[in-house]
Amino acid sequence: MRDSLLVNTSPHLHKKESVRRIMWLVTLSLVPSGFAGVFIFGLRALWAITLGVAAAVITEYILQLATKRKIAIFDGSAVLTGLLLAYNLPPDVPFWLPVAGSVFSIAIGKQVFGGLGQNIFNPALVGRVFLMASWPKYMTTFVKPLSYDAVTSATPLAALTKGEALESISYLDLFLGNRPGCIGEVCILALLIGAAFLLLRGYISWHIPFSFIISTGLFAYIFGAKPLFSGDWLANILSGGLMLGAFFMATDYVTSPLTYKGQVIFGAGCGLVTTVIRFWGGYPEGVSYAILIMNAATPMIDRYTRPRIYGT
Amino acid sequence: MRSLIKEFSKGITTLNPTFGLILGLCPTLAVSTSLFNALGMGIAATFVLVFSNMIISSLRNFIPARIRLPAYIVIIATFVTVCELVIKAYLPALGESLGIFIPLIVVNCIIMARAEAFASRNSVLPSVFDGLGMGAGFTVGISVIAFIRELLGSGSIAGHGLLKSNEFILVMILAPGALLTMGLLIALTRLLGITKR
Repeated sequence: MRDSLLVNTSPHLHKKESVRRIMWLVTLSLVPSGFAGVFIFGLRALWAITLGVAAAVITEYILQLATKRKIAIFDGSAVLTGLLLAYNLPPDVPFWLPVAGSVFSIAIGKQVFGGLGQNIFNPALVGRVFLMASWPKYMTTFVKPLSYDAVTSATPLAALTKGEALESISYLDLFLGNRPGCIGEVCILALLIGAAFLLLRGYISWHIPFSFIISTGLFAYIFGAKPLFSGDWLANILSGGLMLGAFFMATDYVTSPLTYKGQVIFGAGCGLVTTVIRFWGGYPEGVSYAILIMNAATPMIDRYTRPRIYGT
Repeated sequence: MRSLIKEFSKGITTLNPTFGLILGLCPTLAVSTSLFNALGMGIAATFVLVFSNMIISSLRNFIPARIRLPAYIVIIATFVTVCELVIKAYLPALGESLGIFIPLIVVNCIIMARAEAFASRNSVLPSVFDGLGMGAGFTVGISVIAFIRELLGSGSIAGHGLLKSNEFILVMILAPGALLTMGLLIALTRLLGITKR
């Protein structure tokens, strides 16, 4: 009798979705891209992915044990962080590089702030930027696709941002991933399969990825080549880590704005910073820095896009 | 005597300039790339801190309140000049690597803060001990940061290489490494209860 008189505050509707389920589904949606990366670059890519994921999970376990928090290694968030970090590495890295990156991602990018939901920056990108600043030689040595014997080669983006025309790489090659690059970023087709799954199931909204990609394409078209309005926007969209970043990292729930309006501002800002770094910055690729800079701006975006209280 | 010891020890523990008051960040971040430089900077700042505290506290009743900051800066700049000339004469290598950061001790906010908050309100002896404690706290703080950064970033301790390799964590001797080390050490000192929240 007493139980049936319980009065709770709203919300009263329950969905079976949970953080854990969403994390594992996002991980699942990244699997096609991993298969493509392993197919294109060979088994060493699989080693990098395995080591990255294992190091992330072990670090999470040790730190949660050390800080006497609930052990939550099966919620998928550490697996996802390790996976995204490994996808952001060139295939021919030494074995300790994904380990160092994952440990830094989880320890400094996430657990220092208090664990899942408290971090202000995307942990995987924190790890990538740490590796980029610490061991730039390994992070910028790319190998030719489908050669399996580690012939180094420049990425198409490096040529593109110097204003040179793309040689011997067609748009179809870019789309299918037949180009030098990071493990998980090369095969646009596989990334789009995963992204379509997330979009159709409603786990991510279109606002951030589409505004990110459109603004990158727009700014690349305007500023990408010497006379204005003649840049190769399609190649800019298809190369680098843009698709991986836009669909899987900029959309991280914790570090992106809450409202749709804020998400569009966030995505457009990411695109602007990406093109600025690509064309005028010291690094050839700017997606990771763009997302981190906009992560820092997220609280401010949230403050200015707070929805009006109904009736005021 | 007990109160003098307290004035000295508070600079190393609760009011540690680096981890407690979070003052003097400019030299802390810039010079802590090697232990040798950090120790040099710490000792130079301690020298200036002790003598400027001594002179300011003994002149505290003569300096008009309205022009006290220019007066402090003149006193501090005097000792910084002495310090700089001594380093250039006897330790030219240290002077070379510290460079602009020796003259910049004039505007080190630890020294200004202690002049304003302590030396102008207390008598000479406590001010000297306060300066000694603050200087020691600063030296310890900057040296611990430098030790960690040098070890991880270039694999050496005070210039003595430990391993024949060049694959150290480059970011640790860049600016982000300084901020990271500093942040983690502040967290650690608060966790251990050495400094207060």
